Amino acid sequence: MAEKTLMKGNEAIAEAALRAGCRHFFGYPITPQTELAAYMARKMPKIGGTYLQAESEIAAINMLYGASAAGVRAMTSSSSPGISLKTEGISYMAGADLPGVIVNIQRGGPGLGSIQPSQSDYFQATRAMGHGDFFLPVYAPSTVQEMADLTFIAFDVADKYRTPVVILGDGMLGQMMEPVVMPEAIDPSTLPAKEWAASGHAGNRHHNVINSLQLDPQKLYEDNVRRFQTYEEIKRDEARCETYRTEDADIVVAAFGAAARIVRSAVNQAREEDIRAGLFRPITLWPYPVQALRELTPKAFLTVELNMGQMVEDVRLAVEGAAPVSFFGKCGGVLPTPDEVLLEIKKIAEGLGV
Amino acid sequence: MSDERQVFQRPHALLPVVTNYCPGCTHGIAERLVAETLDELDVEGKCIGIAPVGCSVTSYDFFGCDMIEAAHGRAPAVATGVKRSLPDHVVFAYQGDGDLASIGMAETVHAATRGENITIIFINNAIYGMTGGQMAPTSLPMQVTQTSPYGRDLETAGYPIRVCELLSTLDGVAYLERVCLDSPKNIRKAKKAIKHAFQNQVDGVGYSLVEIVSTCPTNWKMTPEAAFEWMRENMLPYYPLGVYKDVQAEGFANAAEAAAARAKGCPLAESASSKGGE
Amino acid sequence: MGNATTLAMFAGFGGQGVLFAGKVMAYAGLIDGREVSWLPSYGPEMRGGTANCSVTLSDDPIGSPLILHPNLLIAMNQPSFDKFVNEVAPGGIIVYDSALIAPGEMRDDVKALGIPASKMAEDAGLAGLLNIVLLGAAWGLSHFCSESALHEAIQKSVPPSKEALKAKNEEALSLGIEAAAS
Repeated sequence: MAEKTLMKGNEAIAEAALRAGCRHFFGYPITPQTELAAYMARKMPKIGGTYLQAESEIAAINMLYGASAAGVRAMTSSSSPGISLKTEGISYMAGADLPGVIVNIQRGGPGLGSIQPSQSDYFQATRAMGHGDFFLPVYAPSTVQEMADLTFIAFDVADKYRTPVVILGDGMLGQMMEPVVMPEAIDPSTLPAKEWAASGHAGNRHHNVINSLQLDPQKLYEDNVRRFQTYEEIKRDEARCETYRTEDADIVVAAFGAAARIVRSAVNQAREEDIRAGLFRPITLWPYPVQALRELTPKAFLTVELNMGQMVEDVRLAVEGAAPVSFFGKCGGVLPTPDEVLLEIKKIAEGLGV
Repeated sequence: MSDERQVFQRPHALLPVVTNYCPGCTHGIAERLVAETLDELDVEGKCIGIAPVGCSVTSYDFFGCDMIEAAHGRAPAVATGVKRSLPDHVVFAYQGDGDLASIGMAETVHAATRGENITIIFINNAIYGMTGGQMAPTSLPMQVTQTSPYGRDLETAGYPIRVCELLSTLDGVAYLERVCLDSPKNIRKAKKAIKHAFQNQVDGVGYSLVEIVSTCPTNWKMTPEAAFEWMRENMLPYYPLGVYKDVQAEGFANAAEAAAARAKGCPLAESASSKGGE
Repeated sequence: MGNATTLAMFAGFGGQGVLFAGKVMAYAGLIDGREVSWLPSYGPEMRGGTANCSVTLSDDPIGSPLILHPNLLIAMNQPSFDKFVNEVAPGGIIVYDSALIAPGEMRDDVKALGIPASKMAEDAGLAGLLNIVLLGAAWGLSHFCSESALHEAIQKSVPPSKEALKAKNEEALSLGIEAAAS
């Protein structure tokens, strides 16, 4: 078995990307994701890869666009304010059906905000990573091990569906160290060739064009319809979640990423006090694991987030009024404590009389 | 029949399609010169072109090589991504003045200063063409456009940017030349410059840009002939033709060597050039 | 060693090796096969200000890695001591550098040990290793990991490029362990 080592979340993402065959990284310094870029800067030159510190987040995402268009596995990373800048390029990638992995190690916002952990970019990640009609898979790791595993998977998913993919972490997960076992490395030369890439036709075919412009309204409409058919496939096959102590739960707490860790502690405390609480943890935020959530039948839902209430809307949409859904959260880098979450659970339990 | 020979034909790297350019527009000439160059250097099959946003946005349909359409101003960043992924391929960006010198100025300056071994074809016609004739970063003082209806006011809009002059100070740059397309003689000169800019890439000399002072009869509201006359009278004094940098003409093998000579006396920079020579 | 969950807080000035000492503890837990997490404070506060990190060693999967009420506090400067002394869980352990910290009136529901770690390190030619002296003392009091894991963790945490520091770290560890035993 591969060796367990201690790694920071940011470094685990970087190493997993290398192992997934990513040899091109374009970034710009921003706290709290900087270790990821620094790791790439150390490793890439030694394995014949590219680490390029771009002049801006906008340039970085467009370099990713170019590298991906040329057919290679590539990545960029940033934190919230930088992701806002990247959304231009992400929209173009979606419109040109380009794979690529974008990491957001979230911090508090809006604006320059803080540099402390936050989940305030949920709406942005799941609804509006740029202009136009599009979605993209969003993975929300909750441990350093998942930061590695989901990054590795993200490259496959990106290539399979020809879509950009987001890894949505936060400052806590990025900065913390945990034991991690790395996935087995892939030799990038063994990855299947991308027939659609703009990598030179060598006189063997008509030219390939990577493009998001379609001036004919009917054709643009059809392009969007085709892309949404792909989204249906992604919804069907790629939704992921974890449930913890939900089998007999009266109260299910939905939380993702770092918040889910806090909730897990609170759920255990609640169980010690004979309150039947459980945790529903979406691992994909888009597609949201709607089906798995609907299979749960608690008397009430509570959503806990490091923001002012964003994922709670997806929980309400999924539950469709079958049970009350309430929200508890803190933002700006202030983290709710397990005790505070427990208090919320108790309040709901009292209201339910359970 | 035997005494017939073909003296003129469509370059292979230009596809047999109808372009969307206005009558009298110089884009057609510029693109033909690029395509001829790809043919002559025999690099179409390993060439990737980057189209901008602007009138030449759909040039991805005209060039026969693989093409990528970039976001407005981002062509140098996209070209960088491609070149770093496929370093043995030939990568060029074809950009207008709004794209290159306004919204994409950061990408332009930084691709140049990194010394990306790419080729940039820069069409400067002092106006935003596709959006219908607004003031460009290169619009001349007092030039009337849709968004400078009383003429470009230097007090409020500032001065036009001279791109070749600006980039000539950057160490990463190997070759800069400004040309125009108003006569067969100047077209031949432009062709020579474009070919030099691509040959530099093939030879690893470094970042090369050719600025083509162009016209926009439609938005200038002139006949093509009058447009050339206006260009000669107003643009060429402001944007003088000529070579603004050519490291080979200065006796260096490439941009890196020229930069090293300039950095003499800085121990850290000198250690970089000795590393490069190993 | 016991299987109790260790909730350790390392706190001091940036540059005192706060994060490194925490990393050694985390590695020791990993070597013992336990669940571990290490969470640093980060950002501008790290530059010249106070730095701290939370280290959890547990037999169960770790929920929140952020420790609010440590059962082991290792304090290396006065501001950190003042900030965290009243957060330590009742029955917890406080180890601090008595050459740098005046503890004032100490709580009676915790076990506190002050040793002049910075001075001990300097006298022994181990300047700058007060963090490991204190870690040794903390281990002496709480046995948060097996003895072999502690030594192996030092070997793993010191990068190969600083091989010479391994022996010095071991010396510092012994100083702390002895101080806790006396």
